[in-house]
Amino acid sequence: MLGPVTLSLAAGECLCITGPSGSGKTLLLRALADLDPHDGEVLLQDMPARAIAPPQWRRQVGLLPPESSWWLRTARAHFHTVPPFTPALLGLEEDILDRPVNRLSSGERQRLALLRLLANRPHVLLLDEPTANLDADNTQRVEQLIADYRRQRHAAVIWVSHDPAQVKRVATRHARLIDGLLKEE
Amino acid sequence: MHMVVLSTTDLAIAATLVLLLALLSMYMRTGVSRQLLVAAVRTTLQLTLIGLVLKALFANAQPGWVALLSLSMLLIAGREVMARQERRFRGWWGYAIGTVSMFLSSFAVTIFALVVILNNVPWYSPQYAIPLLGMLLGNTMTGISIAMDRLNQAAWDQRSIIEARLMLGERWDVAVAEYRRKAIRSGMIPMINAMAAAGVVSLPGMMTGQILAGAAPVEAVKYQILIMFLITAGTGVGTLLAVSIGSRHLFDQRQRLCLDRLHAPDR
Repeated sequence: MLGPVTLSLAAGECLCITGPSGSGKTLLLRALADLDPHDGEVLLQDMPARAIAPPQWRRQVGLLPPESSWWLRTARAHFHTVPPFTPALLGLEEDILDRPVNRLSSGERQRLALLRLLANRPHVLLLDEPTANLDADNTQRVEQLIADYRRQRHAAVIWVSHDPAQVKRVATRHARLIDGLLKEE
Repeated sequence: MHMVVLSTTDLAIAATLVLLLALLSMYMRTGVSRQLLVAAVRTTLQLTLIGLVLKALFANAQPGWVALLSLSMLLIAGREVMARQERRFRGWWGYAIGTVSMFLSSFAVTIFALVVILNNVPWYSPQYAIPLLGMLLGNTMTGISIAMDRLNQAAWDQRSIIEARLMLGERWDVAVAEYRRKAIRSGMIPMINAMAAAGVVSLPGMMTGQILAGAAPVEAVKYQILIMFLITAGTGVGTLLAVSIGSRHLFDQRQRLCLDRLHAPDR
């Protein structure tokens, strides 16, 4: 269960959320993306979520889950618009978009899922352990890319992480979620 | 042409075949002999009962009685549709989706056939209405239960894909379109196969029955073709309806996938 959580985030901020497993981090992100029923109210630039059609809301408040899902043969088929960054910036080969998705490693799929999400140009990024499957080099590339996106588009980011060092590198604010309650540090 | 009237002894002889099969199954420890015997007893009792009901109904062809029997057939079929789905919707929805879809398809097609095609007086004459409705309900029931089982199972298994599509801003109907299409297909395939194989591989039961009862084969064939078309229309429309209502009910007002609306079996 997720307790009452009050939280406001300015454009361009990056809030890292840490906390033990089962404390409700994923639940909080899912509620913000309006994927689970909740009693709370979420506003984006003073507009309540319920005033915006769900597909539009989810394009503006983009959630990246820890495991990426693919349903078409190639990654490219999943993109409706051109992503704002090239795969090369994430250490991926240029032809990766046209290779069969099921042949790619989970780390490659996870980085492509980030590009796919950014292609929607969301105002808010909800990232659920976006570097969990990545080595140090690629973790650094992902962190850099998200920082660039945040700066260029004044996007707000909520980043769930297990790594204290990563929190130090990327966060402008840090909060801990314990038993469904959020405590900012 | 005349019809050979069957005596109780004739049926008893046929029953010994089932008994022998049950003994053989018991000997081979298949574990179905009990089920087999119960089903055989059920079929005897249920058919005898419906025979008596039809006899009474034919003697007293009031529209009210015809409607009452039709309604009870519908309600039992609705229960059967629900029971055949492993991941049915919880609560009344599980029952209502199948029953309402069957009502809208099977009843509409039966009444259409009775009024427009058969043109009998009175149109609700039970000799035509009840067998027609029975055949439509029986097949529509199978189509709907296969399709709904498929749809709900797919939603359960492919949850992460459906939700990933929602997260990227797809509408619920786009996110579930592929599973909806596959569910409708699987509901309609048995009927399409039956039409394709009819007369070449299998002689449909109704036509066989009419021929055994002494009808001219060409007349029996015409009836069979009519029935096949009606069943196809009824099954198709019923399946489309059930899958459309069902797939919408997998999502709430905010287009969230609501798998807690599905019944989860314990094992």
